[in-house]
Amino acid sequence: MNADAQPALGWCAREVEEELPELRLLLVEAQVGTERSPTGGSPPEIQSRLRELSNRFRGAQAVGVRREPVPAAYRVFFRHIGLDPDVVRTPIEVAILERMLHGGFLSGGLLEDVLRIALVDTGVPVWALDSETVDGPLGIRVSSEGEPLGRGARAPLMPAGRLVVADASAALAILFGELAPGHEPQGGTRRLELFAVQVAGVPALYVEEALWTCRLALEQV
Amino acid sequence: MSEQLLVIDRGASAGEHAARRALRAQIARMEHELSGIVADTFPHISLTPAFGGDTPASSGARAGEDARLGPCLLTLAELERMRDRLVGRVQELRRLAAGRGEHERRARELLERMKLEPGRYKFVRLPVSDLGQGGCGVWEVRPRLGLIGMLAGWWQVKLSSGCPLPRGSRSERDPEMLSHA
Repeated sequence: MNADAQPALGWCAREVEEELPELRLLLVEAQVGTERSPTGGSPPEIQSRLRELSNRFRGAQAVGVRREPVPAAYRVFFRHIGLDPDVVRTPIEVAILERMLHGGFLSGGLLEDVLRIALVDTGVPVWALDSETVDGPLGIRVSSEGEPLGRGARAPLMPAGRLVVADASAALAILFGELAPGHEPQGGTRRLELFAVQVAGVPALYVEEALWTCRLALEQV
Repeated sequence: MSEQLLVIDRGASAGEHAARRALRAQIARMEHELSGIVADTFPHISLTPAFGGDTPASSGARAGEDARLGPCLLTLAELERMRDRLVGRVQELRRLAAGRGEHERRARELLERMKLEPGRYKFVRLPVSDLGQGGCGVWEVRPRLGLIGMLAGWWQVKLSSGCPLPRGSRSERDPEMLSHA
């Protein structure tokens, strides 16, 4: 893949686009470096970056972050899709809360660390799917009644109207929620489909930066 | 006739769409205001979602309901309910913030009076948190030179030192054990 290429734009179902016209799904494919596993330990430079980021956040910032433009935009979007961000926290607030509770950003494996660094750096959450389990381009749509989340035998069923990230034939993730079982990257996964959700008030540059941060980190380890 | 109905339906649909857009804009404004109040008044005003007029039980039930619902496209009625709940919450927080502001104003006035006439406020203690400041310090009117000051009427306002150290004043463990840990 060309390193200068723009992230691909995912599709959006018409009903979603009409209601939330500034919602975008941005996609990038990443190849994991040959010497590492996505679920294995992080190299020292990634762990060092995590420690560095841990020092950036103190208690007052944990509360003040909600006023910063990008986290504030995600809070507003959460309300627009029926989530109370004081109950179901936005990804950046979850990360900062964990930082406060544990005294630092703890390493949770290469992929988790890379996604967290991008999130804390830009305020934009990024998710990863195993490319081998994705069928066609990703997009955002609403679920139908009783639709399974994923293609696996253990796929939980969803109620109608849930906003999901889906490929051509199945829902693979709840929007801002969990990934479908069986579609998460595993230890042997080499190709990842990274996606980020842009909402009103979040500049495209931040979303692109988050995706490139993840891609470069995964490819250069 | 059916064409007329279709036009009316489309008109109603466009109107409803515009109404939902307007409600989303209102919700965004409310959310910004709510976040501003919470950030400005932290930690004196609780972050717990306590919607205006709700009992804690119903508020908790609603919060659980929100979490169960998951992300979806909200109908006009749902957006209206969310807007109304946010309005209630913003009003509640504004009221709490105003009350807190008044409390801090009174505390500042009391401190001024304590400094002007310490003899009238013997042993009165005023935590700095009441003044809207961080830390654990306490302003206190104390006698100069202990008992002598009390008898002579020499009173002064003193600010106590800050917060206790996180690990206590002194470790009772063997320092060698600490160095090996």
